Amino acid sequence: MKALPLTAGALPAVASTTARRLRAVRGLTIVIWWVLSLGCFAGIWEAAWALGWADPLLLPPPHIFLARFSDQAQAFASNDVIGEVSADSAYVALLTTIVASSLRVLAGLALGFTFSVGMGLLIRYFRPFGNLTLPTITLLAPISPIAWLPVAIFIFGIGNPPAIFMVFISLFFVMTLSTISQVDSVSRTFLNVGAIMGASRRQLFLHVIVPAILPSLFMTLRMNLFGAWMVVLVAEATGVGSGLGQIVMLARNTFNSSLSFFTMTLIGLVGFLFDVALRQVQNRVLFWVPPSAVGRL
Amino acid sequence: MLDTISAKAPLVVCRGVGKSWETKGGTVTALDGIDLLVDRREFVVFLGPSGCGKSTLLYLIAGLEAVTSGTITSGGLEVKVPGTDRGLIFQESSLFPWMSVGENVTFGLKLRGMKPEERRGIANELLRKVGLGDAADKRPDQLSGGMRQRAAMARALALRPEVLLLDEPFAALDVQTRSKMQDFLIEVWRDSGASMLFVTHHIDEAVGLADRVVVFTSRPGRIKSIVPVDLPRPRDPRSPEFHALSDHLTDLLRDEVDRAFAEQERVR
Ligand SMILES: Nc1ncnc2c1ncn2[C@@H]1O[C@H](COP(=O)(O)OP(=O)(O)OP(=O)(O)O)[C@@H](O)[C@H]1O
Ligand SMILES: [Mg+2]
Repeated sequence: MKALPLTAGALPAVASTTARRLRAVRGLTIVIWWVLSLGCFAGIWEAAWALGWADPLLLPPPHIFLARFSDQAQAFASNDVIGEVSADSAYVALLTTIVASSLRVLAGLALGFTFSVGMGLLIRYFRPFGNLTLPTITLLAPISPIAWLPVAIFIFGIGNPPAIFMVFISLFFVMTLSTISQVDSVSRTFLNVGAIMGASRRQLFLHVIVPAILPSLFMTLRMNLFGAWMVVLVAEATGVGSGLGQIVMLARNTFNSSLSFFTMTLIGLVGFLFDVALRQVQNRVLFWVPPSAVGRL
Repeated sequence: MLDTISAKAPLVVCRGVGKSWETKGGTVTALDGIDLLVDRREFVVFLGPSGCGKSTLLYLIAGLEAVTSGTITSGGLEVKVPGTDRGLIFQESSLFPWMSVGENVTFGLKLRGMKPEERRGIANELLRKVGLGDAADKRPDQLSGGMRQRAAMARALALRPEVLLLDEPFAALDVQTRSKMQDFLIEVWRDSGASMLFVTHHIDEAVGLADRVVVFTSRPGRIKSIVPVDLPRPRDPRSPEFHALSDHLTDLLRDEVDRAFAEQERVR
């Protein structure tokens, strides 16, 4: 059979350098706006301090709470060490605290995502199972994750498990329901293609429904990321006894506003980096979703 | 296969096929009393006003929907569920965005358990046949609309169907691409030996492609008339015979479109 050529327009090399320059300019613009935005925020705060409106004891401006970084880091060293802690081991302690909190969030996210997506799929795959579990899940879903905190401590006591459980719970019900509604709204055409190509019910779920719903589920996961950080901090502050949440509590109890703002800065930064990392994962794994739909800064 | 089927037996048989839906506003009857025989290797085009049930009839034959009355058989067996003897090509792009073009094309073979290495070769071969020799590793959104429909055709052909059901496959394409795709479809048809059931709104497209044109009435869809097209291929759209046929179909269709509009006015 003779093939009819449909020429795909070849791009001349010039176009690609122009495109690269354009991207560089756009990247620079974004950086400039970031600097301006943060600069204005910090500037107003500093000005309020300079004019004497902001009490440096209650609202210390950035140059105060970010200065003496090593002093701040001391607070992160475990409290059973008596006396001064060397600057080096203080930094290690700071890093350990951040990593501990991050790992809790990460473990909770991974478990929550896996189990909720699995649960949602099972509910739609086995109808009787769905009929049995869905009413309960629908009723449990609106309970605020914070209300689960005592339960987490009753069951898991102190340490990592209750914090991870909190993240898990904060994701599980929301994402199970979201999975179900995504399964129900998979494009009719895609399902028809699967059926026409001879897919069994299992194959339809595996090869059509799962890849079709993954992009929006990942979006839901990203939207729940900050919520996950919140519950981990609450868990650490009250029940777990370590991590960034505990430092916030320490700052409150010792009335150390500098430490409080310092920790808030860390929490903000780490949360932001988490979102960036998740977006990178999303771009890799869900390569078919156009970047514009992935959500920009 | 079955001894009862002779070589001359028609491939697709619709007998008294009707389809209706229960909706809040009452019963919607899309099709009523459709009797139709489609021969092996025959090219049949469905022409009719919008909403008369052409897509519905294709979906019934595909086995995606169940008939309300009557029976449909394909190759002598009653159609109840989809089967790989019947391929379907949709109006909109239906390639999975999460697969490369090559994976899309051999999706049906993957479902049957064919190994990836084996599939790769077949994908390239099929894509070469539809003029997309170098597209196997591209993503569907890197293809133009016409290329996507070619890939969809390659995907259907991979399962060697006996009949291809095409629901306005070229409706979204521009005039030039459309005419190229029509020539191309004739080649695919000759090459594959499959029967074609093709839905369109374009009268010239119908005359250009069909062995027979089935004209539907407006809702409920019934067969108004079946017009044979006995012009030799390749067909010249400027020939007087071509014009005579397309005028005839235009007249047949105009009455129905007028009736459909009048009905819509009444409903309002
Ligand atoms: N699932 C459904 N429930 C109720 N009514 C339906 C359903 N699917 C189709 N219909 C109705 O059946 C009729 C025929 O629809 P169909 O899509 O087959 O028409 P068509 O001839 O393909 O029209 P078009 O040329 O616009 O594509 C329409 O009136 C439509 O509203
Ligand atoms: Mg239609």
